[in-house]
Amino acid sequence: MSMHDIEMTREAGRIPPTAVKRRIAQAAFVLAVLAVAGLFEGYHLFLASSILAYAIAAMGLNVLMGYNGQISLGHGAFFAIGAYTAAIGMDRFGIPYMLAPVMAGIVGMGAGWLIGKPALRLEGVYLALATFGLAIAMPTVLRSDLFSQWTGGVQGLFLSVDAAPSWTGLDLDQTIYLLAALYFLLFVFITLRLVGGLNGKAWIATRDNPIAARAMGFNVTRAKTRAFVFSVLACSVGGALQGIAVQFVAPDSFPFFLSISLFTAVLVGGLSSPLLGPILGAIFIVVIPSITEDIWQGGSWAVYGAMIIAIVAVQPRGLAGMVAWAGEKIGALPRS
Amino acid sequence: MLKSTTAFVLGLGLASAALGQSYDTGASDDEIKFGVILPLSGPASAYGSAGACFEGYFNRVNDNGGINGRKVSVIVRDDGYNPARTLEQARRLVERDGVLFIAGNIGTPGNSAIHSYMNQRKVPHIFLITGASKWDDPENYPWTMAFTPSYAAEALIYAQYIKENFPQGKVGILYQNDDFGRDYLEPFLQELGEDMVVSQVSFDTTAATVDSQMSALKDSGADIFFNVASPKFAAQAIRRAGEIGWAPTQFLVSVSNAKSAVLEPAGLAFSDGIITTQYLKEPSSPAYAEDADVAAWHDFRDNYFRAGSEGNWWDWSCYSASFAIEHVLNEAGDDLTRTNLMAVASGLKDLETPMLLDGITLTTGPDDFAPIEAMSLMRFNGDSWELFGDVMNVD
Repeated sequence: MSMHDIEMTREAGRIPPTAVKRRIAQAAFVLAVLAVAGLFEGYHLFLASSILAYAIAAMGLNVLMGYNGQISLGHGAFFAIGAYTAAIGMDRFGIPYMLAPVMAGIVGMGAGWLIGKPALRLEGVYLALATFGLAIAMPTVLRSDLFSQWTGGVQGLFLSVDAAPSWTGLDLDQTIYLLAALYFLLFVFITLRLVGGLNGKAWIATRDNPIAARAMGFNVTRAKTRAFVFSVLACSVGGALQGIAVQFVAPDSFPFFLSISLFTAVLVGGLSSPLLGPILGAIFIVVIPSITEDIWQGGSWAVYGAMIIAIVAVQPRGLAGMVAWAGEKIGALPRS
Repeated sequence: MLKSTTAFVLGLGLASAALGQSYDTGASDDEIKFGVILPLSGPASAYGSAGACFEGYFNRVNDNGGINGRKVSVIVRDDGYNPARTLEQARRLVERDGVLFIAGNIGTPGNSAIHSYMNQRKVPHIFLITGASKWDDPENYPWTMAFTPSYAAEALIYAQYIKENFPQGKVGILYQNDDFGRDYLEPFLQELGEDMVVSQVSFDTTAATVDSQMSALKDSGADIFFNVASPKFAAQAIRRAGEIGWAPTQFLVSVSNAKSAVLEPAGLAFSDGIITTQYLKEPSSPAYAEDADVAAWHDFRDNYFRAGSEGNWWDWSCYSASFAIEHVLNEAGDDLTRTNLMAVASGLKDLETPMLLDGITLTTGPDDFAPIEAMSLMRFNGDSWELFGDVMNVD
């Protein structure tokens, strides 16, 4: 047996070291997400659930904006559709809250497909404007009498959520957090698969050069529709989870500002960073407003706005870009 | 023997009450902490000045020695009029900041969002600046109480007045087809009786105008018009009635009785004679030039509440509500538990808070969580509102 053969058998029987490292990192990530349920409680766990709900929505929107290069200013509307679907499903049809996000996802996908089909004929800023229209119409639609027997009108709807059975030892906040964590991990898995696979290539190709993509045989329209529908699916599931965390939905909970917040989460988090970007972005939109409020009461949004300007000016790839940059610097130190 | 035992037990009880200072989270020997949630940002941020009012009021209380030797800390939080954010802020106040209670929040949607949370946690949620009738439900929500008189109480006052003064009247109603409208409509119809009503028409807030509704009301032959609409639609209705030459006796809900926002756009000539209700003194009104209460308000505003204005009723209703909070804390003494605060708040007897019209007081009971149920009627004379008649009480 030559040296060469020995090398070959070794290679064949072993997982490459980089893959091992990746597996360990993945396991650590899952454990870290789940461990939060034990480390925090009450208000902080509620914030953590909100962060995961917004992170799911931002992951979807990031696929649309970062990978497929389409701008949406209206995904808050789909967030609202998800929250209301969960609320109506639980309130009127007795759907268990564990499954409410699934129902929200199905309804959301349907809505995304219906709206996406005509809207995707529009390009760039025109799509942004069309989705903007959707976002400003949504609170009025939710408030209107036409649907008030379902939506509860201006009064909104309560979502009654019970804690997991007592033998689990979980309180309500922990139950809701673990539910959010479960859906979050599911979306991390799906998003990374989609982005890393052929869909991701089609999206990037469509974004960078639609004509070349078409010439290479990609179905550009289908790629765009898929990206749009997936982003809507993620937003509606995120909305459902946020609704469950708050246990109340009302038209005023979904103002146009929410759509801009999701947009902010994607850009501040970092475009084209499929996982870290949305997480950092969600933390930014959930946590920073309460911090800026402590810095300057009454002027908190001025501080918030200044922070957004600073981040975008310093690092166009957002917070994820900053983390990557810091990682490179630290990694580069021993060599330099 | 029995007597002495009873006396001993009583004495023990009294002694422990005198010595025992019991505190819940947010109260201590030297501090009482409470929270207020208001829209400081967003579309309803105009209400935000009320936050500065609560802070200013208790700064003054602290400057004068505090309450029973304790300093009062007011934590104001912004919800941007978004109910999801109201819950976040309520949880932050209760669980992280550790406030003893929450009081003075403005707005119905946000308070609805935290209604069950506050009651599950058994944290007082009191003197809210909103008039929905659902805050008066001690059986199901024993920790929530409003300050503002409810829309239901106001509707009863109109109904009583109409029954007494226009027994042969034919009433036409225009109402906003939502919970706000129904909050007025149902008690009004119940008190008045359906047979006096010749027509009731509704409109949706998405509608462009109420023109066709006004024509229908005119055609019904009504000679009394009850206008249950938010400001924009109320103004349209008044204007339209004038334009089509319909001149009934008009009743207008207090929500929409601002001269600048409603009557001026509607046309002051068309607004002549409109009747509405009021429970607070309006500081800018010449009628109160000599009023001690209003003078004290001006003094407070100049020294502690620079952001306050003369035109926003919530600025002085917060001042009035602050007095009620101060009173409850004073009465609670050293027993600063949440249970005791609710006991004091639901045992108010003819409490006079500043800026209330003469004859209007706060009265509550274990089964009556509506502090103010009296209002005074006032009529527009083409230039300003004039109070008339006695204060009407529907308690």
